[in-house]
Amino acid sequence: MSTPGQIVAPKFEVARRPVLPPRETKISVADLNFFYGRSQALHNITLNIPEQMVMAFIGPSGCGKTTFLRTLNRMNDVIPGTRVQGRVMMDNQDIYAPGADVVELRRKVGMVFQKSNPFPKSIFDNVAYGLRINRLTSNKSELEDRVATALQDAALWSEVKDRLKSSALGLSGGQQQRLCIARALAIRPEVILMDEPASALDPIATSKIEELIFDLKKQYTIVIVTHNMQQAARVSDLTAFFLLGKLIEVNATEKMFTAPDEKLTEDYITGRFG
Amino acid sequence: MGSLSRTDRTRRAVSGAMTSLTALCTLAAVGILVLILGYIAMRGIGALNLRFLMDSPRPVGEGGGIGNAIVGSAVLLLLSCAVGIPLGIATGVYLSEFGGGMFASVVRFLVDTLTGIPSIVTGVFVYAVIVLRMKHFSAFAGGIALAMIMIPIVARTTEEMIKLVPHSLREGALALGAPQWRVTLGVVIPAAASGIATGAMLAVARVSGETAPLLFTAFGSRFFPRNLNEPIASLTVQIYNYAISPYDEWHAQAWAATLVLMTLILSINILVRFLTRKKF
Repeated sequence: MSTPGQIVAPKFEVARRPVLPPRETKISVADLNFFYGRSQALHNITLNIPEQMVMAFIGPSGCGKTTFLRTLNRMNDVIPGTRVQGRVMMDNQDIYAPGADVVELRRKVGMVFQKSNPFPKSIFDNVAYGLRINRLTSNKSELEDRVATALQDAALWSEVKDRLKSSALGLSGGQQQRLCIARALAIRPEVILMDEPASALDPIATSKIEELIFDLKKQYTIVIVTHNMQQAARVSDLTAFFLLGKLIEVNATEKMFTAPDEKLTEDYITGRFG
Repeated sequence: MGSLSRTDRTRRAVSGAMTSLTALCTLAAVGILVLILGYIAMRGIGALNLRFLMDSPRPVGEGGGIGNAIVGSAVLLLLSCAVGIPLGIATGVYLSEFGGGMFASVVRFLVDTLTGIPSIVTGVFVYAVIVLRMKHFSAFAGGIALAMIMIPIVARTTEEMIKLVPHSLREGALALGAPQWRVTLGVVIPAAASGIATGAMLAVARVSGETAPLLFTAFGSRFFPRNLNEPIASLTVQIYNYAISPYDEWHAQAWAATLVLMTLILSINILVRFLTRKKF
């Protein structure tokens, strides 16, 4: 049997990050179990997510990555028959505590979905939606500024600035997804959850989203679920590998893709299963 | 292309025959509609003039018109919309967005049953509950009878239209920190708006042709409406009264009134299509 480094290293182009900078923990998950009715989807997940970094979740379909992602902004609450055990602390506050405000949480933890889901409204109104419902701006020009900034941050401004009033549904798939990112950015969340944000996009649109993620991590904590391991290698600082509802390994991405600690991780990354 | 096998040729022949058959059926359905419209136009156009549209009924031989009935029908429709559309939409929204439990199934069943109730039964019911108690016929009673017919239609179309709104839109809004009621009000209902409007229009078109529930409630009148607490004229009841009369002049007026009624329904439909055309 050869060493993992020899097998794995040439396959992935890992961004050069020799030493990860020290960061505060943004989200701390302890002994998290999750149930859909009777079937348990997550088993004893314990994980710390540091701020201002990109953490990628990888693993085969059905391994619980998306379920776990959705526990971080309590998006699973809308699915009937689900149950959570354990603790998810964000900024040292338990987001599942009885008095926790789920609306407040979702303002702080934005989400970008696998399939872009722009509202059937104008481009402007899509981005302005979160600002309006949360009353984050006090007048029209401030609202316009925030929308423009969000669109610029999402690298969409130059493509849509002349047609802000036209329907968001007229945009291409990649533009729609960047619009959804802009919509999430507009309310200035602290964490952005991305559920396979580029899985339905062509390579060019995908690379735009990836560049965007790279820029965004300066200001935000980003958690991204991806099926695409090259993508995880390219965009993330840390990678967590899930299998059958269990967290197998968390490591610096570079280490994960060159010399993982766990045999299961290595098998998955080298394509022996999954 | 020359060497089509036998099965290929059969398949093409069958396909061609089926296409022609469906086209013929469509033609027949549309043809019947055109025949009805054409016949009504032909019979009705003769007695139609401005005076007929403005005047109220007069004794046989003195002309007269349906102005009061047009106004009366409009008043009845407005009344029924004011009651029926909000209630219907609210019911539909409840059923689709919050109706998972036992209570919702019961409501759904009742709404379906209500749709199937013959309109004359609705008329008799309102007669018993409202007219007898108030001791007179009234526009109110007529409007409520029509609203009762509208509610289940509006409720079910609203429910179906809202169910068509993708779940991802709701999640998108929730993820931005929107509370449930704002998601429903600001994202889900607008996304289904044109469908809901179409359902409401269907209901309006349906009740504007109703006669039976009005006979016992709005009753009819020979004068322009002055007060909602009095009997009120309507196109359908006037058509009915004139059509069963023994006078040729009134028969001609009934045809003309029918033409007016159809034109009004058609224009409401076109207007609403125009107003709710897909902007996004």
